Amino acid sequence: MNMQIFEERKDQIHRKGDEPFDITCNKDSLAGAVSQRACVFCGSRVVLYPIADALHLVHGPIGCAAYTWDIRGALSSGPELHRLSFSTDLQEQDIIFGGERKLYDALVELIDRHNPAAAFVYSTCIVGIIGDDLEAVCKRVEREKGIRVIPVQSEGFKGNKRAGYNAACKAMFRLVGTEDTSGISPVSINILGDFNLAGELWIIRDYYSRMGVEVVANVTGDGRVRDLCRSHGAALNVVQCSGSTMDLAKMMEAEYGIPFLRVSYFGVEDMAESLYDVARFFQDRDPEIMARTVSLVRQELEVLYPRLEEYRCKLSGKKAAIYVGGAFKAFSLIKAFRLLGMDVVLVGSQTGTKEDYQELYEITDEGTIIVDDTNPLELSSFLQEKEVDVFVGGVKERPIAYKLGVGFCDHNHERKTALAGFVGMLNFAEEIYSSVMSPVWQFVPGRKPIADGDRTASSTRSCAKLAAV
Amino acid sequence: MNAQSKPYVSTTNACKLCKPLGACLAFKGIEGAVPFLHGSQGCATYMRRYIISHFREPMDIASSSLGEKHAIYGGGSNLKLGLKNVMTKYRGGLIGIATTCLTETIGDDVHLLLHEFRHEFNELLASHNRPDLVNVSTPSYSGTHMEGFHATVRAVVDQLARHEPGNRNINLLPGFVSAADIRDLKEVIADFGLPATVLPDLSLTVDGPAAETYEKISPGGTPLSQIGMMGGSRASIEFGRTLPANLSASRVLERKFSVPRHALGTPIGLRESDAFFRTLESLADERIPEKHVLERGRLVDAYVDAHKYLFGKRAVVYGEEDLVVGLTAFLVETGIRPVLCACGGKSGRLPAAISEVTDGILDEPPLVRDNIDFHEIKELAGRLGPDLLIGNSKGYRIARDLRVPLIRVGFPIHDRFGGPRILHLGYRGSQALLDTIVNALIGARQDSSDIGYTYY
Repeated sequence: MNMQIFEERKDQIHRKGDEPFDITCNKDSLAGAVSQRACVFCGSRVVLYPIADALHLVHGPIGCAAYTWDIRGALSSGPELHRLSFSTDLQEQDIIFGGERKLYDALVELIDRHNPAAAFVYSTCIVGIIGDDLEAVCKRVEREKGIRVIPVQSEGFKGNKRAGYNAACKAMFRLVGTEDTSGISPVSINILGDFNLAGELWIIRDYYSRMGVEVVANVTGDGRVRDLCRSHGAALNVVQCSGSTMDLAKMMEAEYGIPFLRVSYFGVEDMAESLYDVARFFQDRDPEIMARTVSLVRQELEVLYPRLEEYRCKLSGKKAAIYVGGAFKAFSLIKAFRLLGMDVVLVGSQTGTKEDYQELYEITDEGTIIVDDTNPLELSSFLQEKEVDVFVGGVKERPIAYKLGVGFCDHNHERKTALAGFVGMLNFAEEIYSSVMSPVWQFVPGRKPIADGDRTASSTRSCAKLAAV
Repeated sequence: MNAQSKPYVSTTNACKLCKPLGACLAFKGIEGAVPFLHGSQGCATYMRRYIISHFREPMDIASSSLGEKHAIYGGGSNLKLGLKNVMTKYRGGLIGIATTCLTETIGDDVHLLLHEFRHEFNELLASHNRPDLVNVSTPSYSGTHMEGFHATVRAVVDQLARHEPGNRNINLLPGFVSAADIRDLKEVIADFGLPATVLPDLSLTVDGPAAETYEKISPGGTPLSQIGMMGGSRASIEFGRTLPANLSASRVLERKFSVPRHALGTPIGLRESDAFFRTLESLADERIPEKHVLERGRLVDAYVDAHKYLFGKRAVVYGEEDLVVGLTAFLVETGIRPVLCACGGKSGRLPAAISEVTDGILDEPPLVRDNIDFHEIKELAGRLGPDLLIGNSKGYRIARDLRVPLIRVGFPIHDRFGGPRILHLGYRGSQALLDTIVNALIGARQDSSDIGYTYY
């Protein structure tokens, strides 16, 4: 067993081919292990953050608000209130005497200043301990100001990020069903689980519009309060990402009978399949929809494939590692790397479930390391052992890759180009190519020089034609 | 004008960070140290992400990862488990334990828990060379990251420095400055022939070279052996005109070991740098080396060459208190007029410090505001009509709205490259800042000119 692996974490790591698959997951992070995970607050903040016309007030000491100020793209086509960082900045006196008065005053002040469509008030660790009654303060302000003021029960210590997703979904669900739904088309959806970090949502909306599908609410990328309030008028919830907004879809199914589909907009295969699934769902109401969808996919692929082919020739045979927040993103990444002819040798997530990992197990190759809630020590040793060429992750994983002389692709906060949709696949290929093929690696002392033989081997494997989707 | 009370209840776009972040940065400048936050997992992860975006280096911060049951029954068991795990996997020389608002409020007695840990894990500690366990109290609801930083340096000195007389070392306590600044300070002191202990020393730990293998703990940092000897050093030099007495590590060394202390301003600009070099001259009993005489001379020469570009230009300066004081001292020497000196901290010493460094050059001190957020800075800047902003990346939106250049200094630099390599201190740092500022102003003028002059 690898020296870097904690005894307590052995069951959270699996090497495909070793033994029957049985991975432990969804448990509290091990103390001292330097988990890459955040907290409940983070989960809630990530999901609600892109609702651009809402006031997002963090009730707590300054850190929680400071570290989430404009933290990711979450682009908006209109208001940008979400890009400001609001906090009650609790001080020692507030901790002793309670922060409810300060919260009330801050809410009133900010609502008067910004005139938001609604307000979300996030609870932090300390608020859970001192016992401020968020619900009561929010109700009072709601009454006085005539907008929805919704508490988010996101005390950091009350579980992991997944619990935060749930708290966010509960908060959003309080808005659903509160506005008139007349005029919504029978062929209509809500887009759940895309946060529009780099304009992905606009790409996806364009596809749906070309298919003839009306989008009622974006949950939550480029999100608006009013759209959420009337989202129960949509015929279908289309949910991306395994964890973050699934709870909302389930709540809406139970309360309003709206079915949901799980999709992924990343990678050619999954992107096309997502559109086909939605078209299939509406086929009875709109017999032409499938034909329009097929033609859309064909148009996109005609542009994409020739260009993708070039990258595939260069990247084929290279080794990739994946560590992401939600496991669902990993499924699509594996397929996307496969399309580029690359081998995924390590895959993991912060918040995957048993079912997620089972699926990962089924779609990965022999020898692939599957890991739950990992940390820098494990990641660095896996990257070295597997001689990875490029690593896909977030900001915290980047320096690990770079110190080891491994290429990197930011799939999270700091990316500026969309990786979703057909065009996103091209952007992804471009980014992987630009990192893997950079000349800098030859100067990195820790990186083994590529033997000439290897170079030829990978290029012979490269240029098989891409199969049609 | 004096600092005023805060006009708003809410905080928008804070001009400060929380205390444990400062603690992590200070611990990160010690050889073989692993910062460890006693609290919930999110604190460590958020801070890592924030710090990594500035330094672009690995930044492992461990956490006791408390859950709901620990919040109710106490976090002691997870603290001990976490320490055991960090000790056995990282095998460092020091674990720096900082509390968070959660553990301060539930009342965990970290001092006692560490005492128990040393007892319960005695054999394991022995088999791991008994790493130092330094603890510091950093509840995020009192003070900023700078209080956390200073409290940590003070705690390290208080808990590790011993009375070992007879060494010729100088203790240098520079505060939170860049990796490039520390490298430069070390070079300056070495040029005087003085052996020095710089605490913390972030020069290598957060700005390291490409390496053969992955280091679990980045190399560099103040050697623990030297920290132990700080009680026997000849003198301490501590930067920071706003540093409160109760957060001063040099005062601890003075009180416990009678190490003489020299309290100086953060040396930016001629006068504050001169004070630093004079102190080194007297400690080394050597004249300032020729190399630095020349650097000073070049800086004065550049002041003259630049004076027409800068005279009367209005600057908004913001960030940590001591950085703002140092920058202000420098700016007024060049003819730039700081119109607002703004800080998120509230040591209470900012107005006096700004008066001291502007005295004799400005007729009256600039507007000084502490305990401020970027919302207010923006309001004030809108009225004051500055020609430039000087501060960290977080003022970018204001500069963009006002269409004036932002000179990026300090921490964090999240929207440019090379933050840790920005030089601020001494003659050399002032020279670098001067060049950057002049060029930014020339660039702004050139870009907005219809004529497109090719000589400026």
